[in-house]
Amino acid sequence: MLRKISFKVNGRLETIEINVGETLLEVLRNRLGYTGAKKGCGVGECGACTVLIDGTPIDSCIFLAVWADGKSVLTIEGVSEKGELSGVQKAFVDEGAIQCGFCTPGLVLTTTALAAKDKQYTKEEIKRELSGHLCRCTGYQNITKAADKALNHSKKGTCNCHKQTE
Amino acid sequence: MANEVVGKSVRRVDAVAKVTGKAKYTDDFFERDMLVGKILRSPHAHAIVKSIDASEAKALSGVEAVLTYKDVPDKPYSTAGHPYSLDPGHRDRADRHILTDKARFVGDSVAAVVATDQLTAEKALGLIKVEYEVLPAVLTSEAALKEDAPLIHEECERNIIASEGYQFGDIERVLGEADHIFEGVYETSIVQHCQLENHISYSYVDSQDRIVIVTSTQIPHIVRRIVGQALDMSWGKIRVIKPYVGGGFGSKQDVCIEPLNALMTLAIGGRPVKLELSREECMIDTRTRHAIKFKIKTGVSKDGNLLGMHIEAISNTGAYASHGHSIAMAGGSKFRVLYPMEAIKFDPVTVYTNLPVGGAMRGYGSPQIVFALESHLEEIANKLGIDSIEFRKKNHVKKGYEDPLNRNKVLSCGIRECIEKGEELINWENKKRMYGDQSGMKRKGLGMACFSYGSGTYPAGLEIAGARIILNQDASLQLQIGATEIGQGSDTVFGQMAAEVLGISEGMVHVISTQDTDITPFDTGSYASRQTYVSGMAVRKAAMDVKDKILSFAQGMTDLPVEALDIKDGKIVYRQSGETIMPLSDLALQTYYDTALAKPITSDVSNNARINAFSFGATFVEVEVDMKTGKIEVIEIYNVHDSGKIINPQLAEAQVHGGVGMALGYALSEQMLFDQTGKPLNNNLLDYKLPTIMDIPDIGVAFAETSDPTGPFGSKSLGEPPIISPAPAIRNAVLDATGVAFQALPLYPQRVFEKFKESGLI
Repeated sequence: MLRKISFKVNGRLETIEINVGETLLEVLRNRLGYTGAKKGCGVGECGACTVLIDGTPIDSCIFLAVWADGKSVLTIEGVSEKGELSGVQKAFVDEGAIQCGFCTPGLVLTTTALAAKDKQYTKEEIKRELSGHLCRCTGYQNITKAADKALNHSKKGTCNCHKQTE
Repeated sequence: MANEVVGKSVRRVDAVAKVTGKAKYTDDFFERDMLVGKILRSPHAHAIVKSIDASEAKALSGVEAVLTYKDVPDKPYSTAGHPYSLDPGHRDRADRHILTDKARFVGDSVAAVVATDQLTAEKALGLIKVEYEVLPAVLTSEAALKEDAPLIHEECERNIIASEGYQFGDIERVLGEADHIFEGVYETSIVQHCQLENHISYSYVDSQDRIVIVTSTQIPHIVRRIVGQALDMSWGKIRVIKPYVGGGFGSKQDVCIEPLNALMTLAIGGRPVKLELSREECMIDTRTRHAIKFKIKTGVSKDGNLLGMHIEAISNTGAYASHGHSIAMAGGSKFRVLYPMEAIKFDPVTVYTNLPVGGAMRGYGSPQIVFALESHLEEIANKLGIDSIEFRKKNHVKKGYEDPLNRNKVLSCGIRECIEKGEELINWENKKRMYGDQSGMKRKGLGMACFSYGSGTYPAGLEIAGARIILNQDASLQLQIGATEIGQGSDTVFGQMAAEVLGISEGMVHVISTQDTDITPFDTGSYASRQTYVSGMAVRKAAMDVKDKILSFAQGMTDLPVEALDIKDGKIVYRQSGETIMPLSDLALQTYYDTALAKPITSDVSNNARINAFSFGATFVEVEVDMKTGKIEVIEIYNVHDSGKIINPQLAEAQVHGGVGMALGYALSEQMLFDQTGKPLNNNLLDYKLPTIMDIPDIGVAFAETSDPTGPFGSKSLGEPPIISPAPAIRNAVLDATGVAFQALPLYPQRVFEKFKESGLI
């Protein structure tokens, strides 16, 4: 069954006819070319497909595209602005939190969502918030460091996720 | 001269691409009208395919092709990602067909479908009718070795692939004369790589009638050859392209899906087909780590010197050989340099079972044997009343030692420094005293373990690597390597090496991360912790060649002798004074456009590394054991490594974090489970317990830097070593805390709890 949906991706309005069975991940990747969201399991176990919907991280592999109708989606492609890395992205680069890079977009997006909240995070809170993401390369050590740096030690508000929620 | 770029934590060359989503992995490329490939898998662990009826599937609208064993070349091949050997006796066992008429594990590939979309492909799989004659399944190595065991491959008696081992010294005499004899049995479990990107490839036939395969692999040049062998085609007709890879850890040092993918495109006139494994498929039909059982008998002198060791090992390779016996042999060869003894006899046997296929995985046999060895040594130290550290110090190797079998020499050795650093970091002496006598329901303990490893596979295997450099008009470089970046950071350190030799900044080196067998220099790929060491030699050699060419071009321009010239900070300078003669970019421009002298500078080298450097290290760990629940908490853990000169400290530390993280899973939670029929029970990321961010403590990393004379800039291996010693160190810490010696991995709560009960502790 086909259905037309309209939603914003990284601030840009997309109107597209989709099959109601298609996941948001499939639509983002195969129809719209946003390949930054990765498929690591297809069943919501690994977090590699995470995008933000109205500022909230979701596993796009188990989120039907029709549910995104009328909402704002932020993908990894929309995190940096005018070619400038966001504070979260910079922290991931500087702290050496990237290896194979397959889990990176999802982790950056969840951290970006956390950065939008005006609060400090303990290390335990950071770990709990990021626990929906699996990574097999880093032992999570530098990921935790990067998130800590981005959330507690650098200027926030460098992402455009606020605008997404408006 | 001090290094300018080597030894610095320069930023990964691919960091920005990966943090912005621009890095393209195999699934991120699109061909017009790409079709979808799917595999029909056997529900039985051991069964003969009596008949297949694909007529209904073929008739389904949207199905382009259905393939069965009748459609594949009747020519067995090996999938193992080793270099080809000119010696037929040294080749991997060719025991596999692209699709099989005899299923040998649950999930074996029986038929395949190409369709317009995934749903149609899956529907078609359901329409293929297969009649099986179910055979008794062989699920353990003991069952496989029974005289009357069903044969998984007809030609292998008692399901034995190989039982070649080695020995040196007179083991009978040494054990006969030793003051003490100690014996122990140990075993490890089957685990899986769980790299975040599943195995995926797509394939089509190009306008020149050649097969193109884009694939997530560690070994593009080997994929080309093995696809050629599997399809019985000329190797040059195949082109393999490797984009960014989402992790491998050895599972992509094997040619798992590419031959079938190539066959699929051939079946539909060369149109593009994608073959992507789901996580569930990836976990059973790529590769696993071999479970190995060890029996060790050791002779020790009255003052605690190791004299001789007899090790028997049974390695379970699963349904097909893949890397097969090489795993047991590699582990057996790499450990022996750590504690030199008068005699060692190593008796391994590798057997087939009806389980998923064992192959290469980070450490390649070493995590298994080092778990057994270091657990065994701990028991010996305890029984002799010698401190764990003291016992290792008494016996470890020293610089200058020569391996009695392959005559490879230890030319740099920091094992003592590693042990001493670890001892200090964990505060061994104090804590040992504090935890001496505990009886509560939560008990703390300390453990440690050491390892030795190689840098590459020489002399067992060929170690060839290629690098190509082009000097651009603006004095930047293109650096092409055959070695593959799969996340470990090799591209970045190669860039650092080239920049170092050429006296330019690392930002001036453009490292080409994609390998394409049509273009990329020949290199066997990413495995055996070989790239920084072996491929680094090729990069250094190419950079030195470019430097020679630059200086001789400068001589032509300036009439100054080459000996008087050097390159520094991107400038041609006087070697003695450092005074600038001209910017390198002036010279580079002339190499392209000088009407008389123009000759753009390039270099294309290959390096055959007939050498191997031993790397060393140790893990120190403190645990707290909850006696009531059997839960083991790692409170502190330190890995200290001698990997020679560290080229990029930040990347090196990150390799250690990752290896230790993976080792924590190996030690405490990970194992693939099967029911009595061989059906997998936990082939997904929820039920298979790989560590999450909540499960990993802070990981302490330190280096005892040495400089190995054979390695580029003094470096030695680092990618795999961090996974080797944590599991036995944790096991030894639990022994220290509770007095209970665990002989099998993993130490998950149920096993720990049951053993405590059995021991009368609770």
